[in-house]
Amino acid sequence: MSSLFTLSILQSALELGCIYALVALALFISFSILNIADLSTDGCFTLGCAVGAMVTLSGHPYLALFAAMGAGVCAGFVTAFLQTRMGVPSILAGIIVNTGLYTVNIAVMGFSSNVNLFASDTIFSLAKEKLPYGWYADWYKLLIALVIVIIIGAILSLFLNTRLGLSIRATGDNEHMVRASSINPLFMITVGLCVANALTALSGAILGQYQKSCDINLGTGMVTIALASLIIGETLVGKGSMFKRITGVILGSCFYRFIVALALRMNVPAEALKLVSAVIVAIAISFPYLKEKSSFYRQRSNNQNAYRKEGGTHAGH
Amino acid sequence: MLVIDSVSKTFNPGTVNEKKALDRVNLTLEAGDFATIVGSNGAGKSTLFNAITGNFYVDEGRIVLGGEDITYCKEHVRSKVIGHLFQDPLKGTAPHMTIEENMALAYLRASTKSHAYFSRISAKEKAKFREQLSLLDMGLEDRMKQPVGLLSGGQRQALTLLMATMVTPRILLLDEHTAALDPATADKVLALTEKIVSERHITCLMVTHNMHQALTLGNRTLMMDGGRIVFDVSEKAREELTIDDLLEQFKVRAGKRLDNDRILLSK
Repeated sequence: MSSLFTLSILQSALELGCIYALVALALFISFSILNIADLSTDGCFTLGCAVGAMVTLSGHPYLALFAAMGAGVCAGFVTAFLQTRMGVPSILAGIIVNTGLYTVNIAVMGFSSNVNLFASDTIFSLAKEKLPYGWYADWYKLLIALVIVIIIGAILSLFLNTRLGLSIRATGDNEHMVRASSINPLFMITVGLCVANALTALSGAILGQYQKSCDINLGTGMVTIALASLIIGETLVGKGSMFKRITGVILGSCFYRFIVALALRMNVPAEALKLVSAVIVAIAISFPYLKEKSSFYRQRSNNQNAYRKEGGTHAGH
Repeated sequence: MLVIDSVSKTFNPGTVNEKKALDRVNLTLEAGDFATIVGSNGAGKSTLFNAITGNFYVDEGRIVLGGEDITYCKEHVRSKVIGHLFQDPLKGTAPHMTIEENMALAYLRASTKSHAYFSRISAKEKAKFREQLSLLDMGLEDRMKQPVGLLSGGQRQALTLLMATMVTPRILLLDEHTAALDPATADKVLALTEKIVSERHITCLMVTHNMHQALTLGNRTLMMDGGRIVFDVSEKAREELTIDDLLEQFKVRAGKRLDNDRILLSK
């Protein structure tokens, strides 16, 4: 097992886990809290990466993060506008925006399908210069990713306990109640989707700086991966306070990256990764259901055995 | 307090499923009035409530609440001053949120300031919620951090009642709010309703299928059929009315027997 997990694999799994955790948190808002399947995630992730990459290229790696979030808010607003004001069903609204974003993303990258940032400063390279040399010299990327995800997680956890946050949560929990208690559900959906897409785009921007490139197909399958992280996190941690659940989502994202790293280590070809993701998601989502089922079957067979032992030989006749 | 001026509503107009749910309904409630409504299935009782809460906009007529024309006012805007309890106890509260969070949402009505959006539940409010919960005498004040989904139907309905009246509404609409509860819990919730309504002089409309309640609760009894109010009795005439008289009146006014599959004639 020791050869299966080297320190560097652990390190990069944690780094990616923290970066992708932001997308999982975005789905936590849209899917778990608002009960909306926001399928614009793929396009929005690339949008964040593209906008972030272009601003980074112009020499503003910090501004890039905020610009990406702004772009994410816009994408989220369009998705929300379509479903709250134009009567488009929520899944379709996401798909429509996702499709449209492909062209937008290409346009942002100057009508090219990829951009590289090898010559530019990134938040990672700047931090490396600024940090004094020490034992953590090799861990600076993880440090930055961790700091960002902790800050975002803390803000989100505070936000979801404000009146606005409570209203957003109630909107996904009980529509009847919300309408009877002076909360405008359409406004809450809009705010929720804007925040969620801002996080998705931020994740894209950080990933772009992390791998020093942006590609038009970067976001493909992102919604599945984020969903896997989210479900793993909820299975690991269970229900509870917002803080607990947010922590669970972040852990779930890291855990997912470990599984992927493990799969790669076992010589699964890189092309097969999407299939591996899909299988992991399917297992993670069906796990709680199967667990319940199996406990039912066990109980049933126990009951039947007990009945037979008592001499109930007529059972089934 | 509430004026409903010849309000009509037709569902699915122009199709085979066309249904005239409200047919030129007129109703005026004075401040502090507590009227019970009885009627057969599909008489338009719940539709009347939904017209008042703004679940849909009416086809014709005007609805005035507290001197303010709310006919085309959006649902979430008018719900600031309307309390609404449904028959289904699950509809009034958010199951995955704690008791405290649910109450904080209800309390949102009290503040109109926009900065309140980013405020959190204060210790003072928690104490206030706790005090109000203790009035229910259900031990809920010690379970404020628990999700509402863990409560029984009766507890949830009592909590909903508390939430609907936390900020005194201009009108309280009770849509058979005790019908889904077991008899003992129903009595408790009903007693609580009477107490809150009378203490704060809340104008109140209550749908019931219990004929005894229809005559003893509040100060006025309305009878609906075919989307119209067919009988309206109050004061002395109401006091002298028996359940048999009420059924007889229905037969005369609606031209048929009161046909409600859940009707309760006795107490």
